[in-house]
Amino acid sequence: MSVATTPQPTAVDHEVVEVRVPPRSLSSEFRAARIMWRRDLVRFANDRVRIVSTLIQPLLFLFVLGAGLQTISKAGTHGVNLKTFIYPGILCLSVMFTAMFAAASIVWDREFGFLREMMVAPVSRASIVVGKCLGGATVACSQGVILILLGPLVGVPYSITLILGIFALQLLLAFTVTAFGVMIAVRIKQMQSFFGVMQMIVMPMYFLSGALFPVAGLPVWLAILNRIDPLTYAVDPMRRLVFSHLNISPLARHALAPGVNWWTFHVPALLEAGVIVSLGLVMLGIAIWEFSRTE
Amino acid sequence: MTATTNSGSNGAPAISVDHLVKTFGEVEAVKGVDFQVAPGEVFGFLGPNGAGKTTTINMLCTLVKPTSGSATVAGHDVVSERDDVRRHIGLVFQDPTLDVYLTAAQNLNLHAELYGIQRDLVEPRARQVLTMVGLWERKDTAVGTFSGGMRRRLEIARGLMHSPRVLFLDEPTIGLDPQTRRSIWSYIAELKQREEITIFMTTHYMDEAEWCDRIAIMDHGEIVALDSPATLKESVGTDRVMIHTEDNDRATAELLERFGIEAKEVEGAVAFGVPGGEEFVPRLFSELDVPIRSISVSRPTLDDVFMSYTGTTIRDAEEDAGKNRNRMMMRAAGRAPR
Repeated sequence: MSVATTPQPTAVDHEVVEVRVPPRSLSSEFRAARIMWRRDLVRFANDRVRIVSTLIQPLLFLFVLGAGLQTISKAGTHGVNLKTFIYPGILCLSVMFTAMFAAASIVWDREFGFLREMMVAPVSRASIVVGKCLGGATVACSQGVILILLGPLVGVPYSITLILGIFALQLLLAFTVTAFGVMIAVRIKQMQSFFGVMQMIVMPMYFLSGALFPVAGLPVWLAILNRIDPLTYAVDPMRRLVFSHLNISPLARHALAPGVNWWTFHVPALLEAGVIVSLGLVMLGIAIWEFSRTE
Repeated sequence: MTATTNSGSNGAPAISVDHLVKTFGEVEAVKGVDFQVAPGEVFGFLGPNGAGKTTTINMLCTLVKPTSGSATVAGHDVVSERDDVRRHIGLVFQDPTLDVYLTAAQNLNLHAELYGIQRDLVEPRARQVLTMVGLWERKDTAVGTFSGGMRRRLEIARGLMHSPRVLFLDEPTIGLDPQTRRSIWSYIAELKQREEITIFMTTHYMDEAEWCDRIAIMDHGEIVALDSPATLKESVGTDRVMIHTEDNDRATAELLERFGIEAKEVEGAVAFGVPGGEEFVPRLFSELDVPIRSISVSRPTLDDVFMSYTGTTIRDAEEDAGKNRNRMMMRAAGRAPR
């Protein structure tokens, strides 16, 4: 293959490199999904402001909020540092925000026209959505990883099972939230509206989830809302995992990480993770369906 | 039509359109158009904004489903073989569709991955198309820092990345400065020479339509004329003559009286159309009593062609279309002016 060696605007002195677009196949779909995933990573890596804010935001939540609340809640935490208690909640919040932002880029792409480039490509829309969701999930995970590394600073020890467990849970959460975000973003034409919707949904979800309080002994109305909130099923297993690695009294464990029950049924952590995964898949399905209908 | 062998599909037309219709609600945007484009041809759609050009292009590149009628592009049906059409076409839209956070090379690479181009050809092909549009040296620059002209050139490069059989250009030079417009046309000319490609474009610049092998003039969702620019101009049949005289009113009256010609006063000159304008000049000098200060004869332009087929200039047609669009939008919003 001969290619121009001296770059000139109109070099005609070389052969034309002719390429072929193969028919759709599993491997071409995979390539499409992978490039959508990589695009999110490249953009994240190029965006210094976003990286810095990714680093700072969880620190702010964890240390400022945790330290502040600690002073008024000593009596009720049975000697457990409040920062340790809210650690899983903060981790979920960070992951959730980052994932929603990643999903928001679909609205952005629509505003800036890039969405069209994806829409006309000879690949299935499903591959694009899957790649997008995985990309958002990966970027959001980077936030979670930072918090995992910071664990010992707030009394969460380094331990292989703990780190792997938290990582797996936050990955599921990141994927589900991105899928949720994409599902919403596909229908929205403007960035402002997306952030409006996000505020309306994300904040209540967060406050109801038990990220900042134990989920036992709540007033009935709050208990019901809490059990409906999907985020509950990410925060709770993570907190139970963290607490199982702490050297504390059974009383403290029972009071602070009581676990979720449906009526009298004590929901196992694996089932909770299952709830997150199924929700994620359902929303992914809806996102794909919506995306395929967009002209 | 000359080229027949270079599409690879036994000389079948690159684009074949059969009574294509698109309605949006009650509005008939495209009212049943028919045409064929031969392989290797540069085919232009000329008409004011709102004439249905973009809707037609969107149907041909599978972005919009036709209400009725059918079309094939590169031998594939635009509705039932959508993916096959997409594999063989390149698109450059009116509005930018680049990822401005990525570099030029990353944009092309993304495109190559989406289209599943053979891996070892991605780099050489990217180099070739970037070199062609003069952006090879800027390949590692973020697109966000590019000027409008550079972005359009990059879009053309990207549209060519997968060696499409048909390249669609929707107003490729709109909003660009004259120099960039010229360079874009030189890429198109070069491209035509080097690759086996059919180019389908829309424009509302008359001077650009001259570059096409054939043009279709579109107005109100219909094709009102279709031929080569030269034939279309001949079909107008008259040359345009402008004279500056001592007394324009008298000149106008005399023209009507002696030659039966209806002239109009345009910008201080008397203007009229006449067949064989150059032969008419000597007669004019000998038979007109009003002294003539200057005279100019010009061949009909595509503006005149447009005028003769639609009865309006393209600028006026555009203003009308704009007004109609506004009215429609207001009606849709439930506050039609009464």
